Amino acid sequence: MFKRWLRHTTVAAALAFAPLTAFAQDAPKQGGDIVITYKDDIATLDPAIGYDWVNWSMIKSLYSRLMDYTPGTPDLIPSLAESFEVAPDGLTYTFKLRKGVTFSNGREVVASDVKYSIERAVNPKTQGPGAGFFGAIKGFDTLSGGTSETLEGIETPDDATVIFRLSRPDATFLHVLAINFASVVPKEAVEAAAGDFGKNPVGSGTFVLKEWTIGQRLVFERNPDYFVKEMPHIDKFTVEVGQEPLVALLRLQKGEVDIAGDGIPPAKFLEIKNAPEGADVIVDGEQLHTGYVTLNTKVKPFDDLKVRQAVNMAINKERITRILNGRATAANQVLPPLMPGYDKAYAGYAYDVEKAKALLAEAGLADGFETILYSTNTDPQPRIAQAIQQDLAAIGVKAEVRALAQSNVIAAGGTEGEAPMIWSGGMAWIADFPDPSNFYGPILGCAGAVQGGWNWSWYCNKDLDARAIAADSMSDPTKSAERTAAWEKIFTDVMADAPWIPVTNERRVVAKSPRMGGEGNIYIDPTRVINYDAIFVKD
Amino acid sequence: MAFLVARRLVQTLLILFGVAAITFLLLYAFPADPARMIAGRSATAQTVANIRHELGLDQPLPVQFLTYLQGILQGDLGRSYAQKTDVGTLIAARLPATLLLMAAGIFIEVMLGVFFGVVAALRRGGTVDRVVMMASFVGVSAPQFVAALLMLYVFAVTLGWFPMSGFGSFAHVVLPAATLGILGAGWYARMVRSTMIDVLNQDYVRTARAKGLSSARIVLRHALPNALLPVIAMIGIDIGQFMGGVVVVEAVYGWPGIGQLAWQAIQQVDIPIIMGVTLVSALAIVLGNLVADVLAPLIDPRIRAR
Repeated sequence: MFKRWLRHTTVAAALAFAPLTAFAQDAPKQGGDIVITYKDDIATLDPAIGYDWVNWSMIKSLYSRLMDYTPGTPDLIPSLAESFEVAPDGLTYTFKLRKGVTFSNGREVVASDVKYSIERAVNPKTQGPGAGFFGAIKGFDTLSGGTSETLEGIETPDDATVIFRLSRPDATFLHVLAINFASVVPKEAVEAAAGDFGKNPVGSGTFVLKEWTIGQRLVFERNPDYFVKEMPHIDKFTVEVGQEPLVALLRLQKGEVDIAGDGIPPAKFLEIKNAPEGADVIVDGEQLHTGYVTLNTKVKPFDDLKVRQAVNMAINKERITRILNGRATAANQVLPPLMPGYDKAYAGYAYDVEKAKALLAEAGLADGFETILYSTNTDPQPRIAQAIQQDLAAIGVKAEVRALAQSNVIAAGGTEGEAPMIWSGGMAWIADFPDPSNFYGPILGCAGAVQGGWNWSWYCNKDLDARAIAADSMSDPTKSAERTAAWEKIFTDVMADAPWIPVTNERRVVAKSPRMGGEGNIYIDPTRVINYDAIFVKD
Repeated sequence: MAFLVARRLVQTLLILFGVAAITFLLLYAFPADPARMIAGRSATAQTVANIRHELGLDQPLPVQFLTYLQGILQGDLGRSYAQKTDVGTLIAARLPATLLLMAAGIFIEVMLGVFFGVVAALRRGGTVDRVVMMASFVGVSAPQFVAALLMLYVFAVTLGWFPMSGFGSFAHVVLPAATLGILGAGWYARMVRSTMIDVLNQDYVRTARAKGLSSARIVLRHALPNALLPVIAMIGIDIGQFMGGVVVVEAVYGWPGIGQLAWQAIQQVDIPIIMGVTLVSALAIVLGNLVADVLAPLIDPRIRAR
C-alpha cells in the first residue's frame, strides 16, 4: 500500500498525533457533501479482493467487521460484535453479535454471514490476497488447499454467536478480524452479482454505494441504518477518478475539490506549505512505513556480515530525506518509530564513511566491488537510487542502478541470486495492522525467502523465526508488554545481521480544503488512510 | 471495389492476429508474475499457486494463447486481474469517451491545418507563410503534457472559461480536443501547404486563371479539392496516432477514455486489459486506413483508374 505504493499491498497507517498539523477542533457537524479525487480508477470494492491504499478506506466504510478501531487510533474496539471472550489458552474466541444490524439490502446480519465471509476470503476460488491472514483458524489448510469448502474452526451455534477455534494461539487475531478481508457480506448479494460483487457492493457499513460510473466517479451516501448513531458525519462523498494530482491540487485551490487523495506532488509541496493557507490545507503525518534497501544475503559479497554492515554505514540518509522534500525521517531499524516494539534506545548503524571503508578492508574488499542496485522507475525512486549509488561510490562500491517497472523489480527480488540490492521505494512496507509481527513474516522470515517471495534479502534465521512464533503465541492481553519486548529484541537482532539498510520513515501528506474539519489523524488514519466515517465539513 | 474491401478485410484479420500474437508473447515473456502481483506480499505460496491455476497461467504458453484466441473469436477479451470485471465491459464503458475526443480533436486539427495550409500556400514565401510554418513546427514538436498543462492553466485556471477536468458536457471536451487538435494541426498545415502549392502550379489552374475566374473560386472549387486528397489518407493514419496520443491528454484532463485505462493497467500489470486495449487500438488503426483506402478512389477517379 503506498503513496504510489504497490497495488497489492495494503493499509497506510499513521499514528503521529503530535506532529500533525493542528486544526481548529470544532465539534463534528452532521451533513454536507464533499468531493475527493484520485489518479487511478478504483479497482474493486469487494472486501475479499481489494488490497490497495485507495480502495482500502472505501471498503472500510462500506462494510462492518466484528472488530474495528477508534477513529484515528490503533485502538481495537468491538464493532459488529457486541462483546467477545477469549479462552485462557488463547485458542477459542467467542463473539456475540449486535442485534438489529442490517445489510443495505435490508436483511439482518447473522452469525452465518460472518462464517461465509471469512470462508469466502480464504477460498482459493475467490483469488483474494488476504487468505493468509486467517492461517491460524482450524481448517485453513484444507480450505485454502481446495480440499474443503468450509472452515471447521468457525462455528455458529445461533444467529448471534460466532466461535473461532484456532490451531495455534495468535496474538494478532483480533486485528485480523478488523482488517478488510474480514468484512461481512451477504451470500445472496455476492451470488446475485455473479462474479461482479466488487462493482455491486452490499454491506452494513457507514456508507452505501449509490453510483459508479466507470472511469469517472463513485458516489457514496450515508447509510441511514448504520448502527452507531451520528456516524458518519458527512451525508455524501463523491470520488472522482482519473484526476492528475497536479490538476486535482489546482481544483482544490479553486474550491472544486475537498480532498486531493494522492497528496501534493513533490514539485508543489514547498509552495503549498509556505503559502498563508498552507497550515489549513496540508495534513502531514507519520505512517507505519519503512523504506529500505535489501542486501541479498545469498549473493556475494553480501553473504559477508561485515560487507552488509559497511554499506549500512555508507548511506547518507539525511540527504535522501531532502530528496523527499523533508517528508521523511532517517530510519535506523526495521520498525517505524510509532510501531509498538520500536527500540528508542537503538542507534543503528551511524553514517560513517571511514568506518565503512575499514569494515570493507577487513572483509578483504579494500578496493571495493561491483554490484547492482534495483529500483522502480517512477520519480523520485531513481533519484534516491542514484544518491545511494553515490554514497556507495565513496567507499569504493560501484553499483549499477537498474530502474525498472515495479513488477520487474518484484520479480527480480523474488528470484534467488538475482538482485544483490533493491531500493524498496514505491514498494516499501506499510503495516496491514498496527502490530510489529506484520513487519516480519513475509519480508524477513524464512517463509518469505522463497521463489516469488517478498523477503528480497533472502535472510533466514531459524532462531528468530522460532522466537517470532513464540511472540505471536502470547495472546494473553496481560502479556502484551512482554510480547512487545520480545518483538523489540527480535528486530534488534535482525539488525545485528544487517540484511537491510533501513533508510527512511516516510510521512504521508494529504491536501484538503479549509472547509474540511477533524483532526489530522483521521485524514492519515493508522488503519484506514482516510477515515470517511469521522471527517466532517465545518461550514 | 468489392474486391479491394474484401482483400483489406482479410489483411485486417491477419494484422489483428499478428498483433494478438506479438502482444501475447511480449507480455508473457517478461518476468513479472501476475499471480504474485495479484496475491500481494502477504500471500502464501499456496494462494499464489491457486491464483495461477485459476487464471490458467500454469498451462503451457501455446495452450494459453489458443485459449486467448478462442476467447477473442467469441467476443471475450478476458477478465481484468485487478478489477475482476470483463475487459470488454471496461473497454466498452470507456471507448465512447475516447472516440468523442478523437473525433473532436481530428475535426479541430483538420480545420485549422487546412485553413492555415491554404493561407500559407497563397502567401508563399511571405511573412504569413513563415509565421504559419514556424507555428506548425512548434505545434508538432511541443510535448503533449506541457501543452495540455499550459492550456489548462491559461483557459481553465486563470481565465476560468472551461472546466479543469472531467467529462459530460460540451465545455469539458473543448480543452482536451483543442490540445490534441492544435498540436496535430501543424502536420496538416505543412502537408496542405505543399500540395496546394503543387496544385496551384498545375496547368488547369493556370487555365482557370486565364479564363478570368476569381481567385476565391479557383482556390475553393478547383485547387482545394485536389489538395485535400492526401488529407483523407492522413486522417486514416491519424486515428492510430490518436489512440497512442490520447493517453497523456486523457491523464491531464481526467478524461475517462481507454488511454487512461491502458495507462493504469500497465502500472498494475493487468495483462488482459493491456491486451484488450492494444487489440482495440490495432483494430481502430486498420479500420481507419481501410476507410481512407476505400474513400480515396471514390473521391478521386484517377486512383480508381489505376
